[in-house]
Amino acid sequence: MLKLVWRRGLPRLLCTRREMRQAASVQEIMHELGIANSVLEAVRVEMGLHPGTYPCKVGVRIGEMAAIDQEALRFCFEAIIQDTDLASLELGIEVCPRRHRCRTCGREFIVRDYDFRCPQCASLESTCISGDELELAYLEVEEHGSSSVGAKSSQ
Amino acid sequence: MDRVPLERKVLSENDRIAGELRARFQEHGIFCLNLISSPGSGKTSLLERTLEALPQHDRVAVLTGDIQTDNDANRLRRFHFPVKQITTGGTCHLDARMIERHLVDWNLKDLDLLLIENVGNLVCPASYDLGEAAKVVVLSVTEGEDKPLKYPAIFFKSDLLVLNKIDLLPYVPFDIDAAAENARKVHPGMEMVKVSCLTKNGLQEWMMWLERRRRENRPLPQKIAN
Repeated sequence: MLKLVWRRGLPRLLCTRREMRQAASVQEIMHELGIANSVLEAVRVEMGLHPGTYPCKVGVRIGEMAAIDQEALRFCFEAIIQDTDLASLELGIEVCPRRHRCRTCGREFIVRDYDFRCPQCASLESTCISGDELELAYLEVEEHGSSSVGAKSSQ
Repeated sequence: MDRVPLERKVLSENDRIAGELRARFQEHGIFCLNLISSPGSGKTSLLERTLEALPQHDRVAVLTGDIQTDNDANRLRRFHFPVKQITTGGTCHLDARMIERHLVDWNLKDLDLLLIENVGNLVCPASYDLGEAAKVVVLSVTEGEDKPLKYPAIFFKSDLLVLNKIDLLPYVPFDIDAAAENARKVHPGMEMVKVSCLTKNGLQEWMMWLERRRRENRPLPQKIAN
């Protein structure tokens, strides 16, 4: 089984030889591990600005072109918060579709199945305006001592 | 419960360093290229052919990334340009801090072109800005022509697709037109060159692309005179 350990303050994935042979999947998880760690670092920085509160949920926006696997990100996020003071922190993921703006008529539209035809004027000339997001959207914080402290367990 | 808006990039620290690097490259008129592909598609071979073709007095340096070993740097040092290996020790991509750290003992005034060979991986390098002027993705004909659809992020973010190992086309069932169509589905108008680093077929087209982009990048006319 994949196991997470901390070395020099950074998370590292340990895996069996068999898992190593499935290197592609391990590599992909490692990617999300770095992302999860960056999210957590940002939460810790932000918490410094809100004394007397604790974080409940962090929201991220991920574009469908961002090459981030949601499942892997959740797995890594759960793994790195386990047994820490942030063990009850929830991760909210909003997936953003690829959006284009038509260069002919200006209409903005969502691209599905790589179909770039403008739904309004049928032009194929458009510019990508979003869909590769990898952004921190929000942090939900609760004051210490409020009734919902510890309401959500780490499992 | 309070909701605090964050509204910044997850990799904002990497992006900040990449932004500083980009500003330094621009200040010194350096064209920086980030080469990305799966392991074994031919990034190092393409760099070997590139360094071989550049004049010896050219102001070029190479950073080459791998998880382990300095084999690639040894291959590239034969051409007498400054080369440094970045061994990531497990990390599957290069990040801006690694680039910054490995540039410390090079004088940027001495450079016009910085070639960065990323770790062989089509997933992670797409997320990490290294301060480059352009990303180039290398795809070889022994891979599937549907790679652009499977790994859209990197094809979307790269300026050029280098289709490598075209000498093997008679022996493998690779459909070049389908590969080009898939790349342009993900990235409409994407430029593409077809090369063989073995027979050197098509390399001239690659060198012309590189020279054109270097020329466009030069901000100061006096730099050309040097």
